[in-house]
Amino acid sequence: MNPVNYLYLAALLFTIGATGVLIRRNAIVVFMCVELMLNACNLAFVAFSRMHGNLDGQIIAFFTMVVAAAEVVVGLAIIVSLFRSRHSASVDDASLMKL
Amino acid sequence: MSATAVHSLWTTAADPISKIDAPKIEYGQLAPTLIIVGAAVLGVLVEAFVPRKSRYYAQMFVAVVALAAAFAAVVALAADGYGTTKAGIAAMGAVAVDGPALFLQGTILLTALVGLFTFAERRLDPEAHGNRVDSFVAQAASVPGSDSEKKAVRAGFTTTEVFPLLLFAVAGMLVFPAANDLLTLFVALEVLSLPLYLLCALARRKRLMSQEAAVKYFLLGAFASAFTLFGIALLYGYSGSMSYSTIAQVVDGTVQDVDPALADTMGNDALLLVGAALLVMGLLFKVGAVPFHMWTPDVYQGAPTPVTGFMAAATKVAAFGALLRILYVVLPGLRWDWRPVMWAVAIVTMLAGAIVAITQTDIKRLLAYSSIAHAGFILAGVIATTPSGISSVLFYLAAYSFVTIGAFAVVTLVRDAGGEATHLSKWAGLGRRSPLVAAVFAVFLLAFAGIPLTSGFAGKFAVFKAAAEGGAAPLVVVGVISSAIAAFFYIRVIVLMFFSEPRPEGPTVAVPSPLTMTAIGVGVAVTVVLGVAPQYFLELAGDAGVFVR
Repeated sequence: MNPVNYLYLAALLFTIGATGVLIRRNAIVVFMCVELMLNACNLAFVAFSRMHGNLDGQIIAFFTMVVAAAEVVVGLAIIVSLFRSRHSASVDDASLMKL
Repeated sequence: MSATAVHSLWTTAADPISKIDAPKIEYGQLAPTLIIVGAAVLGVLVEAFVPRKSRYYAQMFVAVVALAAAFAAVVALAADGYGTTKAGIAAMGAVAVDGPALFLQGTILLTALVGLFTFAERRLDPEAHGNRVDSFVAQAASVPGSDSEKKAVRAGFTTTEVFPLLLFAVAGMLVFPAANDLLTLFVALEVLSLPLYLLCALARRKRLMSQEAAVKYFLLGAFASAFTLFGIALLYGYSGSMSYSTIAQVVDGTVQDVDPALADTMGNDALLLVGAALLVMGLLFKVGAVPFHMWTPDVYQGAPTPVTGFMAAATKVAAFGALLRILYVVLPGLRWDWRPVMWAVAIVTMLAGAIVAITQTDIKRLLAYSSIAHAGFILAGVIATTPSGISSVLFYLAAYSFVTIGAFAVVTLVRDAGGEATHLSKWAGLGRRSPLVAAVFAVFLLAFAGIPLTSGFAGKFAVFKAAAEGGAAPLVVVGVISSAIAAFFYIRVIVLMFFSEPRPEGPTVAVPSPLTMTAIGVGVAVTVVLGVAPQYFLELAGDAGVFVR
């Protein structure tokens, strides 16, 4: 199968993720959409790796997974601490600081 | 099925396996980063094994020694001729050891050392149950206002984890401007960002605001780094390589051996243009340029003030270093495409930062918008695309970072019953009540405004001169206009401090320990020295202004 199709899929997933970040209001869901964007990047890396016939892209996919895992650790810690003090994970409620 | 057939599944043919060569690592050239990473890991071990009472001193010792040793390593590398007469590419092409990298690493390390002193300050807040406390929460996991928080405060807990977190962030910042391939760039970006997200959430006072700032910074930062990563993916797809020099060759069209796959993707300009745009966008987010600046005021306001000072100074240095390297090393062949876009970004950033700052009533938000305006001024130097553009940006970053960290250190001193008094109305008449603190803050504000005999003037003059010589004269005109707008609100704060009556219920100025005094003193000293006698440092930045490829 032509690897270019996987690139279209990657771009589509990335767009879905970016749209989700912009329109969803729950911090956890927003964060999951960011993870979807990172996974779309991984798919693009692997597809490009296949096209060029070198392994760089596949190696990077591993690094991205590790980075995404580290981001989950930090992100969930922050979101959970916000949720515990406000009983809400909505990003709209977090508006103490306005102009 | 015969035994031999099964056996062949995990045996190999008679030909020798091609072994992977062990990578060659130049430990000497990577010493500054390795020292900081080692110390950060050591700091985590200190958290695990040292008794709570002595952790603060142990962490301080580890962090100060590591930052000083790393700075000594940077100086030793520079004295060895790296950056001026020779340049190295270390760790199999992953990290560049050249003039701009060493200059910025030195700046980041000194800034971090000064920032560390403000982190360690324990005399500003009143003692809680007989324990001296710093700006950081007793126990980050406890819910604000809950019993567990009160218990943690009563037990005298302090979050000494901030020291290893600071060191991890510094490690990422050291690699970020020196990264010589896109993977290293991305990993360094995350290593510097993740500890900063956590540090933002750790304020002792106004914890809800602090947590809110951390969530905003985290979500927007992760969003921006996803864009960066997709940009990296597209650039990799375009060039088939992660290394800066190979991508630059493919962009220039001077690459030697072109296989059919590369010939196919090389012809696809959409990959290059979209990839470069997404990558640069991620970096512009980190420097806080309009239209990617929305996080800056909220995060600067909500984060603990020592963290804000460190973040505002050091992140900007690291991110501009990385941006310079991307634009000057990877994408010089594309400069006719990126220059118009960066022109627009610089103009909007300078004007928006200066104009919106006028309406601010909170001193931390005011400094945040001022940092946005300064990002615009630095971008004017970046756009020059000349050697003097690089050196002027290096000088500006060094000057700006010390002014910033000093200014935020002064903000920590002005306090009332609720902690820091950041509302501008409370600063009225501060000059009558404590002339010295107000005078020091006035020096920093004058440096931000770019008044002669301060480092701000020397820096601004250098970047505007470079921009004018680089053919960006209209940008200089806009820069001078927005400097004038910005000067208005800096001077307004000075007038407020010195020429209005102090309020009876106004804030008091806390007497800090020698730590914060040192931080502010270094800030003033650097501001004045770089302003009165900038020549030596301008030459130093000029000597350091050549990228390795």
